[in-house]
Formats: sequence, structure tokens, C-alpha cells
Amino acid sequence: MEKRCVDSQVKGVSTGTTILAATFDGGVVIGSDSRASIGGEYVSNKVINKVIQVHDRIFCCMAGSLADAQAVTKAAKFQLSLHSVQMEAPPLVIAAASVLKELCYRNKEELQAGFITAGWDSKEGPQVYVVSLGGMLVRQPVTIGGSGSTYIYGYIDAKYTPNMSREDCLQFATNALALAMGRDNVSGGVVNLVVITHRGVERVVIPGDKLPKFHDE
Amino acid sequence: MSSIGTGYDLSASTFSPDGRVFQVEYAMKAVENSSTAIGIRCKDGIVFGVEKLVLSKLYEEGSNKRIFNIDRHVGMAVAGLLADARSLAEVSREEASNFRSNYGHDIPLKHLSERVAMYVHAYTLYSAVRPFGCSFILGSYDKDDGPQLYMVDPSGISYGYWGCAIGKAKQAAKTEIEKLQVSLNLMNVEVQEKLKLMVTLLVCQMKEMTCRELVKEVAKIIYIVHDEVKDKAFELELSWVGEVTNGRHELVPKNIREEAEKYAKDSLEEDDDSDEDNM
Repeated sequence: MEKRCVDSQVKGVSTGTTILAATFDGGVVIGSDSRASIGGEYVSNKVINKVIQVHDRIFCCMAGSLADAQAVTKAAKFQLSLHSVQMEAPPLVIAAASVLKELCYRNKEELQAGFITAGWDSKEGPQVYVVSLGGMLVRQPVTIGGSGSTYIYGYIDAKYTPNMSREDCLQFATNALALAMGRDNVSGGVVNLVVITHRGVERVVIPGDKLPKFHDE
Repeated sequence: MSSIGTGYDLSASTFSPDGRVFQVEYAMKAVENSSTAIGIRCKDGIVFGVEKLVLSKLYEEGSNKRIFNIDRHVGMAVAGLLADARSLAEVSREEASNFRSNYGHDIPLKHLSERVAMYVHAYTLYSAVRPFGCSFILGSYDKDDGPQLYMVDPSGISYGYWGCAIGKAKQAAKTEIEKLQVSLNLMNVEVQEKLKLMVTLLVCQMKEMTCRELVKEVAKIIYIVHDEVKDKAFELELSWVGEVTNGRHELVPKNIREEAEKYAKDSLEEDDDSDEDNM
């Protein structure tokens, strides 16, 4: 994540990160890189966690200003936990995404944060939602975000298929993030993945030396 | 019935020495003066039936509806002061709409009935306002959760039901009703008892019924309960929500309603023929 440069006048500055989420047969994989940088020159944190749990089976990845994203996810986590107690049931993934969307949309003047929300619920199964900077909410089977995502649109379009197996999807996500981290200077570190299914949540961390290598490495 | 609560019944903020809030009880009496509304839950949906008394021949047909749409999947049938009921229908609509705006999906009926019940309850706490003089039945159908039926009364309590009735024939104790057997002699029974018994007979069968079958039974109950002597003309309002309507709450289409009314009238005639004494 980048701290906004003082002399940068451009709103909606791309963030130093690569985030991704993809549905497979029976679950979703959500993941990100782990680099936080300042001014694109200095790596302030090599192993930051950008995948935040907002409920038992709902996670979100942050894009944009780290401070704004953290504040929004904290507020959303609180609202969702109250909501799920009132409903006497775990919240739906769309409910989590809608809460984030309302926060982003109602405060769009002050905030600069977007999210990828992924999770599993008993009604619709595995889902991925994108909440953009201004507060648009859209559901997609696979989605990527952050500055590093520009380098892997082609890979995602070519290699993603719906209803992959869990192993295939994990490999797909790892490859995508590794490719992005290989080209984007402000993405890097380890690959943090979370696999969510009806059975539960599993965290997978792939350190830099175990990442897939491509022809030129 | 209940004693006059002299001195303790002037405001909702006062308890009586025996622990009652008389204003709330008086509000419930207002509901009991109103004509009957029933809601029954079956295997694949909910059916509402309302005995809408027509006070003047000059009324346009279908005016003063007592069944409201709260959200596309939720319906509400009311009994009591109609103006109070309309205001609560508006409150329910806002509640359902805000939920959808905040959470992106249809409001679960249990949550909606709890929220509206909380609102109704708030009006039983202060002397500056009076309690709402209406009870209402909320019903919805969802393909995952199935049919749901909840009733809210002026005290601000909400309960889930398989079948319930409000108004002149308000159902009091569920347990004694469920104990009754299926085949019963219905002669010489008062209207209130009769309605309770009718609904009990249905409890045994209705869990297996479909909406189409249930519509006729609901019409029959309303016709049976209607007192020809005291009340004159009435319109039967019928609505349903279930698999048959794809989860949307709608008024029952005219042809099905007419078929149900015919069934009801025919069954009444049969009963009349077979009864020895008059009710």
C-alpha cells in the first residue's frame, strides 16, 4: 500500500498491491501479495496482511488507501457481527459486500478505498463481489485489483475457467499473483491465500522462494 | 370479562396493582371489535383471508383493503383500527426497504416481524402516545426458508404460527386446540370456539396441503365465521404468497377466488342441511 505522495494531485492513484479472488467448484480463493511501500521507493513492510476476515466465512481484500480501507473494514466487521446476531444466522456474502458498498458510497468524498469481497454462504454458495472506489457493487466469478493487476489481465482472461478444482484454482491464483509480483515493483513479498468452502477456512502462505518461476527467472 | 381498571387505565405508562397495563388491553379489545382476518401456512406457501365488512353500498368494490404488500415477498393482513394498521404497514415497508438497501437481499420475515413488533412496543411505554389499536399477520415465502407466518399484537409481541386468526375470532390458547381430534361434532358451538376448532382441524391437514387447496379452506372458514345476523354484507379478500406465485405476494386471481367462494358457500349449505339445531 502506498502512502499518498504529498505532491501527487491525481485522485484515484493506483495502489501498490495485487489482489485477486476466484470461485471454483465448491469454494473461493482470495489472495494478495504482501508488500507495503512508500513512494514506490521504499518497502515499508515485506509481510503485511491485506486479506481481512470480516466474518467466519467472508474475507475481503483491501485496495486504495490503507488507512481508509482498515477503517472501513473495521466498521463493516462490527456491523456484520451485530447483523448476524440479530439474524441468528451467518451473514450472506452479499450482505457483507453491501455493507462495504454503503460505507464506500455514502462517504465517497472522504474515502479512497475499494474491496474485493469473497466468501461462502448456505444460500448462494461461493461468491466474489467487487466494491469499487465510488461504491459500485458487482458480482463476478473472478476479479483482480491493485496496481499489479494490470499485468495479469491477459493471464486471467486466458487461464480462468469456472468450476475448476480446488488444486487447479490454487495454482491459478498463485501463478497470477506471482506474475504480477514479478512485473510490478510495488507488489511483492509472499503470496497470502485464503481458501473458503462450506467446510471452513484455510490459509495458505507461499513464501517468495517457493513461488512458481517462469522462463526468464 | 376483565375488570374496569379505574384510575390505572388512563395512560400506558401506568401499571395496575395486579401488574397489567390496561391501555394495552383496551387496544386489544379494539382489535376484537374488528372483523376477522386469518392467515394459514401450508406446505408451499401462505394464504390470507379477510372478512371485510361492507358498511355502505356506496363503497367502491375493493376499497379499504385490509391486505397490504410490504415487500414483494411479504404480505400483511390486519384487524383493528384501519388507520393505525395503514401507518404500521408503511413502517414495515420502510423497514423492509432499508434492509434491502443495507444488506442487498430480501428481509427475513422473522427479523421484519421483530423490528415492527419493537416499534409497536415502543408505543406502549409512554403516556404521551397511545398504543396501536391493531394486530396484524405477516406472511412470506422464500425458496430456501420456505413459508413463514408471524403475528404481531398491540402489546408488541410477535409469534410464529402455522395458522392464526385475529379480530372477532381471535385465537387464544394454541395447546387446547391442538389436542382436539380431527373428527368432531361441531353442533351447538359458539362462533369463537368454532373458529378455533376449524383452524385446529386444518393444522393436522394443512401441513400437507398446497396453496391451491388451502385457498378454498380459508374461504370456507371466513364464510363460516361470518355472522349473518349481526353483520350484513361482506367482501372476502384473499391473498397468497408461495411457490404458486414464485415467491411474490399477490391478491388471489379473480377466477380462483370465485371458485373458492363457491366451494365455501356450497360447504356451508351442506353443513346447514346436516345440522339439527341452529348455531
